[in-house]
Amino acid sequence: MTPPRILYCHCQYAQVLPSEVKEGVLRKLCESGVAFEAVADLCELSARKDPLLKELTSNGGLKIAACYPRAVKWLFSAGGVALDPSMTEICNLRTESIETAIDGLLRPELHPNLPTSAKAEPSSPS
Amino acid sequence: MALSEPILHVALYEGKGARALAPSERFETIRSLLSKGVAVRRADDPGLTDVWIGDFVSLVPDPTTTAVSIGSDAFDGHLSESRQKKGAAATASWKPWFPVIDYDRCTNCMQCLSFCLFGVYGVDSDRKLQVQNQDQCKTNCPACSRVCPEAAIMFPKYKAGPINGDLVSDADLQREKMKVDISSLLGGDVYALLRERSEKARSRFSKERDSDKALAERQKCLTKLASVASDIPPEVLASLPSPEEIARRAEAAAAKAKAALGL
Ligand code: SF4
Ligand code: SF4
Repeated sequence: MTPPRILYCHCQYAQVLPSEVKEGVLRKLCESGVAFEAVADLCELSARKDPLLKELTSNGGLKIAACYPRAVKWLFSAGGVALDPSMTEICNLRTESIETAIDGLLRPELHPNLPTSAKAEPSSPS
Repeated sequence: MALSEPILHVALYEGKGARALAPSERFETIRSLLSKGVAVRRADDPGLTDVWIGDFVSLVPDPTTTAVSIGSDAFDGHLSESRQKKGAAATASWKPWFPVIDYDRCTNCMQCLSFCLFGVYGVDSDRKLQVQNQDQCKTNCPACSRVCPEAAIMFPKYKAGPINGDLVSDADLQREKMKVDISSLLGGDVYALLRERSEKARSRFSKERDSDKALAERQKCLTKLASVASDIPPEVLASLPSPEEIARRAEAAAAKAKAALGL
């Protein structure tokens, strides 16, 4: 089976991803020698309906290092491409450590985690 | 800047005929390309590429495409030439800031479309809400997310949840009550009725949507939004169109929303 493809978003035009996390993840991807796609800004690809979005989803699993899964799911949708919930795993660089994110990206298995329902999460007791 | 301008894609080639880069060199090369707004494929198969880059020793992988040697003096020049050839977007010509709709939550109520004065929203052929003109959105302004009663509007680059795409909690939905209050300034009860698509709603809608009222509603709404949502940049409020223009655009937006709701 083909290993999941990897997409890394650098969130170039905003400071919402901690810079040490995004740089750390990119550095480790480069050290690993794996094949991957790196984009300056996934939001921009969505707005410009870049053909890469479609190409990435056309063949097997996909791991995406960007931000919140709900945002990524609907950014792809706005770009004209529906992500397959059973074939997509998102590493949230806004909240995850370098180690967690890179483990998720480099492990051969896919742990799908795209949000699938509109149900509100129970708020934590205060 | 036009959204139809594509992004430049490059392939970082390290296969036969080129030297494999050291990991640190690979990292610096990719990071530098990303800072120029370019999409980079680090793989032997070049996929959608416009330009090959690499430290070519003997063989240029595909003579029909542009190949640029890393470290060459002409590197930046070649990139901008390729950008021009493709008609691609210039580096950082736009901060991609725009609303993204969570259709698992959206009820197609059209409040956002009615609220936005900048023509960002529209509808598709099935009258379903769409974000159509992302580049007309006011950078760093999350105002329309605050009039959505369903917390369905995200700005992925916003600082806090749920607007940034974080999960929507019960507590967030409680806060939506405040939004409903705000939307009442836009004629929220009218919208509630609109959703039922009753005859009664039709007549109220047409009566209440005169241009003076639309203008007064927006002015009140923006003042209230600015007081409860300190994150609406002052320059956005300051750059609002003239009162006459607001009234004109408000009417156009209301007409669009009305048509989308089939009224
Ligand atoms: S997808 Fe998320 S991480 Fe990427 S540019 Fe947009 S906000 Fe930033
Ligand atoms: S205000 Fe919210 S629920 Fe209503 S149409 Fe806009 S995004 Fe959908």
